[in-house]
Amino acid sequence: MMRWSPALLLALLAAAPWLGFSGSYEFTLMARAMVLALAALSLGFLVGGAGLVSLGHAAMLGVGGYAVAILDAHGVTEALLVLPAAVAAAALFALLTGAIAIRTSGVHFIMITLAFGQMAFFTASSLAAYGGDDGYTLYARTEIAGHRLLENRLAFHYLCLALLAGAWLLLRAILASRFGRVLRATRENAQRAEAMGFAPYAYRLAAYAIAGAVAGLAGFLMANATEFVAPSAIAWQRSGELLFMVILGGVGSLPGAILGAAAFVVAEEQLATLTEHWRLIFGPLLILAVIFLPHGLAGRHRG
Amino acid sequence: MAWRGAIVAEPLLILDGLRKHYGGLAVTDGVSLDLRMGEIHAIIGPNGAGKTTLIHQVSGTVAPDAGRVIFGGRDITRLSFPARVRAGLARSFQITSILSGFSALENAALAAQRRHGSSFRFFRAAARDATLNTAGMAALEAVGLAERATMQAGALSHGEKRQLELALALATEPRALLLDEPLAGAGQEETARLIAILRALRDRYAILLVEHDMDAVFALADRVTVLEQGRVLATGTPAAIRADAAVRAAYLGEEEIPC
Repeated sequence: MMRWSPALLLALLAAAPWLGFSGSYEFTLMARAMVLALAALSLGFLVGGAGLVSLGHAAMLGVGGYAVAILDAHGVTEALLVLPAAVAAAALFALLTGAIAIRTSGVHFIMITLAFGQMAFFTASSLAAYGGDDGYTLYARTEIAGHRLLENRLAFHYLCLALLAGAWLLLRAILASRFGRVLRATRENAQRAEAMGFAPYAYRLAAYAIAGAVAGLAGFLMANATEFVAPSAIAWQRSGELLFMVILGGVGSLPGAILGAAAFVVAEEQLATLTEHWRLIFGPLLILAVIFLPHGLAGRHRG
Repeated sequence: MAWRGAIVAEPLLILDGLRKHYGGLAVTDGVSLDLRMGEIHAIIGPNGAGKTTLIHQVSGTVAPDAGRVIFGGRDITRLSFPARVRAGLARSFQITSILSGFSALENAALAAQRRHGSSFRFFRAAARDATLNTAGMAALEAVGLAERATMQAGALSHGEKRQLELALALATEPRALLLDEPLAGAGQEETARLIAILRALRDRYAILLVEHDMDAVFALADRVTVLEQGRVLATGTPAAIRADAAVRAAYLGEEEIPC
């Protein structure tokens, strides 16, 4: 695992439908893994790139998902409108909450992102017009230029895969850019970044908005994958799970976040078939993973 | 530089009555001094005299309770630390502060980045940016660290880290340098090398130097200010300071001033 190549996992996902993983159950599971991987990827960018450990990241996912639901309720189902709206809504939410949260650091940042996440959760629960506590079921999946392409499971599978791969390459390029270099410097040694003339706030806020946008994209896919959006998708437990996927994969490694999410989904699924009390096994497994894989599944490899 | 020692125009940096209290303790108690282009102005004083706190106030990492900092004729007392760096006031730290996970060149290139185009560029790889790499290499060369360019900064020797920290200050293209014990922890050979580097920098910058190594101070400084309990005890040429009775009294039992 030391030099785990993220391309391998993406290639496996690309080949999976032709290797017999083409049933409804497999497609659902893979879609879930890819959506969570996309969300974990955006959180991994924040944690590993900017040193911002958020415990409210599921809210970004939720804003993207609810953008799809709300537009659906008003009869807007065109992807060319819905997808940018979901991404922009999540980025805007990140920008507004980040503007306040990023003024704090460490434990305070964790607590304030948690608070914003819970605010999003309770707001979603109170949206009676969009299902309230019970959630909202979409009339249908989003259309692309009038075609109901996403109803095709294979097409949807490859859309998720393309967006996941694209987001990974995009975030990797950003980390290597001028902006990314400043961002990594503020994470490693904020005092030194300031001594170079960089005030960290603007760079961290921009990174927060970028991560929000990618999570919004994941939210768009989540809503379409399940054709359902509910407050539970925003709950802080989900934020904790995303953070765990990042840590499991290896903090500081973008492909690690993808791997962490995939491992998480598979482990959860396998254990659930063994016993209904699978969380009793899952919990200790997570603890063991942290103890014995201090650099995560991706090892020391830095993507 | 032929003009050195003569009073040329306005001082570049003026500290005017700086005060800082922590609780009842006056750490900086009305300090005024100035710094001219092409000059090394050393600040010495016993431990706890308030030297580092003074540097913090000049660089903008600590806000003074009263007094002003004037830089290039402009009142910068309320500017943030990074804003002062952009204005041309760079600093180094007593405890080495570098980006250990970056290579030496990446460190220096990033320090130069604020002067060479926007930092809100998201796609092109910074490592292949020739402008930044050229500026970074120039800064490394100025401190004699060019052959270590590709080495991870955390793996450099202690003396090389101190050199790198100087390069990072230079790469921001400053007019004045605030150096907080640049020789701290350096061995004999490293000290000699750092002193030679500082001497070579003198003509192009105004340097405010806090240093414990008295040999270095008296070898480098054009002027020396002695702080004691947050106050300026004396300011003058190294010779005048050596001869000053009050300074000798303050240092009795503390450190020997070499003659």
